[in-house]
Amino acid sequence: MAEPLLATDRLVKRFGGVTATDRLSLSVVEGELHAIIGPNGAGKTTLVAQLAGEIAPSSGRIRFAGADITALAMPARSQRGLARSFQIASLCREFTALDNVALAVQAHSGHSFRFWRAARRDEALRGPARAILAEIGLAGRADVPAGLLAHGEQRQLELAIALATKPRLLLLDEPMAGMGQADSAIMIDLLHVLKRRHTIVLVEHDMDAVFALADRISVLVYGRCIASGTPAEIRVDAAVREAYLGEETL
Amino acid sequence: MALLACGLAVLVLGPLVAQSLGEPFYIRLFTRIAVMAIAAVSLDLILGYGGMVSFGHAAFVGIGAYVTAILAYHAAAGEPLLAWPMVIPGTDNAVIAWPLAVAAAALAALVIGLVSLRTTGIAFIMITLAFAQMLYFFVIALQKYGGEDGLQMAGRSRLGGLDLDGRLTFYYLVLAVLIAVIVCCRRLVGSRFGMVLQGCRQNERRLRAIGFATERYRLAAFVMSGAIAGLAGVLLANGQNYVSPADLAWTRSGEYIVMVVFGGMGTLIGPLLGAAAYLVLELLLGSATTHWQAIFGPVLIVIVLFAKRGLYGALVGRADDG
Repeated sequence: MAEPLLATDRLVKRFGGVTATDRLSLSVVEGELHAIIGPNGAGKTTLVAQLAGEIAPSSGRIRFAGADITALAMPARSQRGLARSFQIASLCREFTALDNVALAVQAHSGHSFRFWRAARRDEALRGPARAILAEIGLAGRADVPAGLLAHGEQRQLELAIALATKPRLLLLDEPMAGMGQADSAIMIDLLHVLKRRHTIVLVEHDMDAVFALADRISVLVYGRCIASGTPAEIRVDAAVREAYLGEETL
Repeated sequence: MALLACGLAVLVLGPLVAQSLGEPFYIRLFTRIAVMAIAAVSLDLILGYGGMVSFGHAAFVGIGAYVTAILAYHAAAGEPLLAWPMVIPGTDNAVIAWPLAVAAAALAALVIGLVSLRTTGIAFIMITLAFAQMLYFFVIALQKYGGEDGLQMAGRSRLGGLDLDGRLTFYYLVLAVLIAVIVCCRRLVGSRFGMVLQGCRQNERRLRAIGFATERYRLAAFVMSGAIAGLAGVLLANGQNYVSPADLAWTRSGEYIVMVVFGGMGTLIGPLLGAAAYLVLELLLGSATTHWQAIFGPVLIVIVLFAKRGLYGALVGRADDG
């Protein structure tokens, strides 16, 4: 079997006496949508932060695209094609939606030690950015400051920014968090389209969304992976039912 | 636009009028405003656009000023700056002295930036302040160059055929530098580099997540800002023919921040307005009472509270840039 695109090897993260990630070995194969679920406190956010390079693991390795990236900082991981979206929309709020996406395009168009030409009139940045906004359904909101967008739109913009970095893997941290029914439906449709072209790691609370979208699901409990498999396998897994799903009907 | 033209007309014609009225004092005032404005604009670049509240900007101005004055001192005394291992003479030639002074300020900004940019917020403010205080006490310790009393310059730098000792000539040189600095900074903040800098102010984490090694960009901006401040220092020394530790004092750093905030952060024109307003108010209120800042303080508070982008915001209305 070919090497997985992303793999963790006995990843451990301790905060004082608490083990938030406990000898976690996961692998994500190119082309799949791999969902990570788990109850509150299962260590999902800590895992995302370690994968993105925001916090360093206590021990263990992370491999991405054939290289060990454990020691790489967040910008370097982005340059290698690992894009993440934030659970709480994290945008440049004074910049317009288009500015935000264009800046992500710029981040992957060579260095930015260019001091004279107006970036906002640079079609090499604006063109691709507009195309991505259109694809994501925000074309009509391109010139609105990101801080003034509706909550659902901000989440869509998060996704557009991640896409603008030409990622090999999308790491989506609860893209449906805090969304209403209508916005969630839009986001699920979007993810259906995106999964055809991108490898995606989806950390999500919304069970309907996860079972509708995922090719594989890993279940975290107390920082440990208690099960990993197809949605059908997870649905009938006794340990999962006991530890996590409880009385929820699947 | 009309406002800009008015302002430019005042800056260009004001000193001419003062000259014809035989009031050279006002030419000095205009010169001082323009010099301070260059320093304030350089601070706005990192404070207004980059979100870096440097509380030690007077240090870079002071380094530019002291390097200029010390080189001139050695030239006048005919005593080499360095006798060993090679003889380095002093100079009052602007073509040599000024770039050296600017380079010294930039180098200081590089060193200070490398350390202080590891932090943000209050810690950054305190570290920049601490470095500036170190340099302040360092120049006080320079007994050879006047120590606490400062250092008198024998005359202004020589710059080709320009007679810098002519008040008007010198003023117009300073004005030309100020305009060039504002134009260049305007281009800079709208460039790719400028977008990264502004992004860092709004959400540095986001910029790191999309792949920018933000510390490099912030450091580059800090060094550029320090270099421009050094240039202001060169002109400051020449303008007053004198440098003193007061030029590096932390209160002076505070004044630069006040000029930027009062005039309008992140506008580049605002700091010029701020410098002019500050120095004119200092003159007007200062002649009435030595405690003029007791009056200026409340004025500052009102402007900051009610005009979103300081004087510039109050005059221009909504800001036209992002």
